[in-house]
Amino acid sequence: MRESGQTPSIRLVDLAKDFGSVRAVAGVDLEIADGEFFSMLGPSGSGKTTVLRMIAGFEPPTRGRIELAGADVTDDPPFARDVNTVFQDYALFPHMSVLENVEYGLRVKKVARAERRRRAVEALETVRLGEHVARRPSQLSGGQRQRVALARALVNRPKVLLLDEPLGALDLKLRREMQIELKQIQREVGITFVFVTHDQEEALTLSDRIAVFNDGRVQQVATPRELYEQPGSAFVAGFVGTSNLLDGPAARAVIGRDGVFSIRPEKIHLDPAADLGGLAGAHTVEGVVREVVYLGSANHYVVELDVPGGSAGASTTLTVLRQNLDTAAEDPAERRGDRVRLAWLPEHVIELGTAAPVSTPTTQESA
Amino acid sequence: MLWLGVAYLGALGALFLAAFWTTNEFTGDLVKVFTLDNFRQLLQLPVYRTITARTLGVAVLVTLVDAALALPVAFFMAKVARPGLQRLLVIAVLMPLWASYLVKAYAWRGMLSQSGPLSWLGISPGYGLTGLVVTLAYLWLPYMILPVYAGLQKLPDSLLEASADLGAPALTTFRRVVLPLVFPALVAGSIFTFSLTMGDYIAVKIVGGPTQMLGNVVADNYGVANNLPFAAAYAVVPVLVMLGYLGVVRRTGALENL
Repeated sequence: MRESGQTPSIRLVDLAKDFGSVRAVAGVDLEIADGEFFSMLGPSGSGKTTVLRMIAGFEPPTRGRIELAGADVTDDPPFARDVNTVFQDYALFPHMSVLENVEYGLRVKKVARAERRRRAVEALETVRLGEHVARRPSQLSGGQRQRVALARALVNRPKVLLLDEPLGALDLKLRREMQIELKQIQREVGITFVFVTHDQEEALTLSDRIAVFNDGRVQQVATPRELYEQPGSAFVAGFVGTSNLLDGPAARAVIGRDGVFSIRPEKIHLDPAADLGGLAGAHTVEGVVREVVYLGSANHYVVELDVPGGSAGASTTLTVLRQNLDTAAEDPAERRGDRVRLAWLPEHVIELGTAAPVSTPTTQESA
Repeated sequence: MLWLGVAYLGALGALFLAAFWTTNEFTGDLVKVFTLDNFRQLLQLPVYRTITARTLGVAVLVTLVDAALALPVAFFMAKVARPGLQRLLVIAVLMPLWASYLVKAYAWRGMLSQSGPLSWLGISPGYGLTGLVVTLAYLWLPYMILPVYAGLQKLPDSLLEASADLGAPALTTFRRVVLPLVFPALVAGSIFTFSLTMGDYIAVKIVGGPTQMLGNVVADNYGVANNLPFAAAYAVVPVLVMLGYLGVVRRTGALENL
């Protein structure tokens, strides 16, 4: 959808990094379009942060090439690259005021005093931090420090902004607010954002496209919707949302053929007696409720199925999500041990291939 | 604690008291009568003013040389070397402290001698001020490296990366980020190099040639001239200088780095 033939903002070609004998990144190819909000999602140790640090220039790659706007910058030092980074720990200079921190990039590039003051104030306003500019970073709250770090990077008007889990240190409520603001700011300034996170919800909320990392490789690159609705592998299905895998004998019994399948929790109906008419041709299976998790706006039911186990031999469980609207009247704990019937439409079954659910390196580039 | 107070403050008090006494010129006995003669002599005789100024100058010079040497060494130890090498370097820095002061001073006497190793390289500062500064800078270097190393270790790597990321080449990062943040540690180290130089009286005898320093004037007055009151009065000078220095230093927050 963005194959417009223009030069990508960032192109990574077969990028790899070894730390001693440890292979942190094992050959990554990526193209990130101009103005895109691009996330790199994966568990810790999956290589996403190392890729970001190689783009910034903090780590020299063992192999491969990094291009920024078409120019090869693989061997350039960090200060010569037109990218700026928002660090996980913010990395604000403790001996400088907020304003001096934001001005730093312009100061070392010898921008005139009046000009850099004007631009710094402007950048601070962009991140909604017009006050407290004379304070030291230690006198600010976590959320405010985050904004200063963002302003300090944005003031240089880089082609690309790299964000290394910038919201990781904030509490959940503040985190949600900052997510929305970050998205707004990105739209306002129109800069390419490369965002590293291990939080799949955060990645889905913010991104135009997401690259899912595992074991130093890119598992899948797709829009949030594609990633959730059509995960390319069992790993992606499990990492982005709840996987609800069916395979081996269980798959044969429930779906009716061999393969590895996944059904998202919210697509499954629990005890669909009332509206069974609307579910003609649905897959149905019976089981016992083993666990109920009350989430406030919804409940999670973990149901153990009355079918043979999966390929691993253990019994197969499916997680079902029900909205509070449907469950408000019942005590979630009392449903534990109940026999229930599950049903879902065949079109909601995600087929993850016929192989066993190992994390196969499907470096699949969907564009 | 009490014992420490008596032993330490008592000795200092005795020193301070003795500074206001004098000696009988014929018998050499102590005359315990209050007088400011000793201090008057110190301030009025040019030779003592010169020696005080020279001692201060050497102390400043030694401190600057040590700071200049310690910064790159400590930076390499804290930020470049891998953990294994880092431990090895810390030991290497500490090792000279396990050797006798005299051995090291005499080692430098050998180094500086007319036909010593330095002369093979075409450098022969001989015995004098230069040799003294070199020797003292060597002797006190670990006291500068260790606090600076500790200060740099506390400095997060991400600050250096952030500076580079924002467009600063290495030297700019050093000047604008590393130096201001490690300054309290430098000051902490300077307290050692400065005060140890001010009080030294042995190295100057071994490598200083004819040079007179405050320390050996004190020692000579006490040991050779048997003029304890004058020695005490002169010994008050470095104490005052250090108190003044500590007063200034306290504002930089360096004392928390000790």
